[in-house]
Amino acid sequence: MSLLKIDGLTQRFGGLQAVSEFNIEMKGGELMGLIGPNGAGKTTIFNLVSGFYQPTEGTITLDGTPTAGLKPHQVTSLGVARTFQNIRLWHDMTVLDNIRIAQHYRMGYSVWDSVIRGRKYRECEQRILKIAEELLDAMSLTEYAREFPKNLPYGLQRRVEIARAMSIQPKLLLLDEPAAGLNSSDVEGLIKLIRWIHDSFDITILMIEHQMKVVTSLCQWIKVIDFGATIAEGTAEDIQSNPAVIKAYLGDDTI
Amino acid sequence: MQKYSLNVLMAALAVMLLALAHFRIIDNYIQAVLMFVGINIMMSTSLNLVNGNMGEFTCGHAAFMCMGAYTSSVLSVLFFGKNFGPPMFPESMAMIVFPAIILLGGVAASLTSVLVAVPAFKTRDDYLAIITIAVNYMVISAIENMDFIGGSRGFQGMKDTVWAMNDTISFPWMLFWVITFTVFCVWTIRRFITSTYGKGVNAVCQDEVAAEIMSVNTNKIKLVNFMISAGLAGCAGGLFAHIVGYVNPQSFNILKSTEAMVMVYLGGMGSLSGAVISAIVFTGLLEVLRSQALVDAMLSPVTLFFPDWDPSAGVIKWVFIPLLLVLIMQFRPEGIMGNKELSDVFPKLKKYYTFK
Repeated sequence: MSLLKIDGLTQRFGGLQAVSEFNIEMKGGELMGLIGPNGAGKTTIFNLVSGFYQPTEGTITLDGTPTAGLKPHQVTSLGVARTFQNIRLWHDMTVLDNIRIAQHYRMGYSVWDSVIRGRKYRECEQRILKIAEELLDAMSLTEYAREFPKNLPYGLQRRVEIARAMSIQPKLLLLDEPAAGLNSSDVEGLIKLIRWIHDSFDITILMIEHQMKVVTSLCQWIKVIDFGATIAEGTAEDIQSNPAVIKAYLGDDTI
Repeated sequence: MQKYSLNVLMAALAVMLLALAHFRIIDNYIQAVLMFVGINIMMSTSLNLVNGNMGEFTCGHAAFMCMGAYTSSVLSVLFFGKNFGPPMFPESMAMIVFPAIILLGGVAASLTSVLVAVPAFKTRDDYLAIITIAVNYMVISAIENMDFIGGSRGFQGMKDTVWAMNDTISFPWMLFWVITFTVFCVWTIRRFITSTYGKGVNAVCQDEVAAEIMSVNTNKIKLVNFMISAGLAGCAGGLFAHIVGYVNPQSFNILKSTEAMVMVYLGGMGSLSGAVISAIVFTGLLEVLRSQALVDAMLSPVTLFFPDWDPSAGVIKWVFIPLLLVLIMQFRPEGIMGNKELSDVFPKLKKYYTFK
């Protein structure tokens, strides 16, 4: 069964059709890229999958569960994590806290437990802390655990944001322009990081990206959309020679 | 040993105060000031939970205090007073039932806060501020129009409960309960806000969208946070009613809410120790400036030139305190503590205690 199945997804904002008839089917373990010019509706698709918008038409099915009517935090607890185009960490909390709070949906204790602090509270907090520390260690962020994200360089903030998304232990990871604003050496590191995450965790990744280097070196399959509609899909080589894609990015050669 | 050092210190302080009060070494006036310090600590720390930690701007905190005060007063009179017929419980039970009365006041306040919490799911900032003012007025007006609890004339008779406790065992009971509930309040907030569950509140404050996406149930967090905050304010209201022995809806109007807000901003947004310190400082200032001699001395350079002017301390303190606020906002806009705790400012303190 497919992990993510989107069928006839359409989103209208008033008269604007941001996404029209978008279909996708991702098997577990795939790494797919979603590209397209600015304003093509890529981030809208992410917002729809993560539950921020309710689709005007069409269905989104996650691992067999339809997500219609679910709140974003409920969708997340089904195993969907995402990062943001502009980094949205909690900047006034330590990196460790950022990672811990993202495990809110399987906290396992109630408000009363947090006040009374019995055995259940201690066990749950220890479990959360253990997961967070292991993840920080795996992402080589341990030395920054007590730092505030706002004091870290941009590349590291990116890494922290991906670590925070990973602490949800997602089945599906949505990366919204992970390479945006990174310098070329950071981009190299990011490509390695994403590949490493994909290989070492049992995870499916859907990625929006503008830098072709990142997309072509990572994604097995690429979907190109423009004005909300899919205009091409295929492997990196197919896409690069596809006339519709070239037209969408560079315009028509007839003047 | 450091694990308990703070608890031991606080217990020692409480026992000392109670002993001093019991043997009449400190008089009723000092006791009353101490009790108001306690109540203001409860008000500022509980408001800090919403205005500071969650970053929502609410200015109707007195509404919850009012609900708590009236609920516990009515229960108190019902159980031990004579206004609503014969007392339901014997006098000897007063000291056992009293905390339950106060807590039930807290529960009532906490249920009222749903009126604010549900709109807060969708609204923020100025719009939520307007809703909270509206709720403040709603609660006051509703009570003013309830004749069976005195309406705008106010309500009294809860001193019977305090006397009942005193008759059973002679002891400064109110001081004891205020200290107990203040510690309970700070302890509850501290534990809630430092747990990973409670840190979700800070996450909502710093980036609500990210919090929701990262699996924090923001609506639930807001509801829980508002209810805890209002519940503790309700307990403060119940204690206030029993100290004064008389409640009037107008004593919980927007001015009272503002007082709580002033304490939060004075102490520093989101700092629990700041809220405690500012409540002590603010209440202390109010009392110190009550002294006519001090005000005369402070204004003597002015009155030298205007011998006809006879400033009254009760009025002039409302010039000094707002002026102090203006100065603080000008030169230290983050408040006394900023958003730091005492142990962040003085890291050496960590050696001596762990506060859990």
